[in-house]
Amino acid sequence: MAEVIVVTSGKGGVGKTTTTANLGTGLAKLDKKVVLVDTDIGLRNLDVVLGLENRIVYNLVDVVDGNCKITQALIKDKKVDGLYLLPAAQTRDKDAVTPEQMKTLVDELRKDFDYIILDCPAGIEQGFKNAIAAADRALVVTTPEVSAVRDADRIIGLLEANEIKNSRLIVNRLNIDMVKHGNMMTAEDVVEVLSIDLIGVVPYDEKIVVSTNTGTPLAGDDTLVGQSYMNICHRLMGEDVPFLNLEAKKGFFARISDLFKG
Amino acid sequence: MRFMDFFRKKSTSDIAKDRLKMVLVSDRSAVNPEIMERIKNDIIQVLAKYVEIDQEGLDIKITQVDAEGEDRAKGSTVPALYANIPIKSLKQNN
Repeated sequence: MAEVIVVTSGKGGVGKTTTTANLGTGLAKLDKKVVLVDTDIGLRNLDVVLGLENRIVYNLVDVVDGNCKITQALIKDKKVDGLYLLPAAQTRDKDAVTPEQMKTLVDELRKDFDYIILDCPAGIEQGFKNAIAAADRALVVTTPEVSAVRDADRIIGLLEANEIKNSRLIVNRLNIDMVKHGNMMTAEDVVEVLSIDLIGVVPYDEKIVVSTNTGTPLAGDDTLVGQSYMNICHRLMGEDVPFLNLEAKKGFFARISDLFKG
Repeated sequence: MRFMDFFRKKSTSDIAKDRLKMVLVSDRSAVNPEIMERIKNDIIQVLAKYVEIDQEGLDIKITQVDAEGEDRAKGSTVPALYANIPIKSLKQNN
C-alpha cells in the first residue's frame, strides 16, 4: 500500500525541501521505492538539492497537460536505488495545476511506489491546496523560532480542517548550544505550544549547507543530522525508535547552579 | 522562591514560548469576518421576533475568558462569544 506524505510548513526557508530530499534518500536506502514530487511550481528546488538539475526533460505540468507520460518525466536518482524525482515546472505558476489533477497524478504514482513524498510550497495559497489535496498524511516542519512555530500552528489548523490526519512535527535546525544557554526553545517547548506529536528533531549542522552545495543528501551517513533523518524514516515505517540524545553533557557551572536549585 | 531565582533572569527561550502562547490564542480564535457578520445577523433576526434592538449599539465578538473547573487552575483560557445587545423596547404582542 502506497503512502502519500506531504511535507509542509507555512513559513518558507525552514527546510521543507531539504527534509523531503533526506527522507526520500533515507527511505530508498531502507529498500523502499520512493518518488519525490516537487509541487512548488515556478520555484523548483528539489532537483538541485538532490543534484539532479541537469537531467530534467519533462516536468509535473507536462504530465498533467498530457505532453508526456508520467514515466518520461520521472528522473532516477544517480546515487540511491529506488529513488525518483518528479520535478516542478519552472516557467509556469501555481494555477497551472488543480487539486483534482494533482490527485489523479498521485493516484497514478501509487501503483508503482511505496512512498510518494510531496514537497509543498511555502504559504497557504493554491500550491499548498494542491499539495494537501493528494496527501494521506502530513509532516509539518518548523524551526524553534516564534515566526516558524506560529505559521506551523496555522498549517496544523488547515490540515485538520482538510481532514488530513496523522500529522506529525519535525523540529528542524535545533541549535543545541543555544538551547543550553536558554536562547532557543527546546523541541519539547515547541511540541507543548503546538500540541501535535513529534516524529523527529534535526540538529542544526553546517554540513547541511555543504550537502546542498554538492547535491548530496545526508540521510543514512554517520553524522548526527544523517542519523536524525534516518530515524524519522524508521518512524514513518511504523518502527519505534528512541529519540537521539542531542543534549551534550552539562558544563561545570550548570551543574553547580543545579545544586542551588534544590 | 528558589535561591537561584534571585540571580536568574527569564531566558529568551521562555520569553519566546510565552509570546507564542499569547499570539496563538488570538490566532486560533480568529473567526472569519464574514461568518461573524452572519452570526450577528442571525442573532438579530431571532431577537427581533421578541424585542426591538438598537442595531447601532450592537457589539458581538469572540474573546478569550478564563477557563472554569479543572482547567482554571492551569490558568488556561477558552474562547467565548461576547454579545452586548441594547434593547430599545420589549414587544407586547402576545
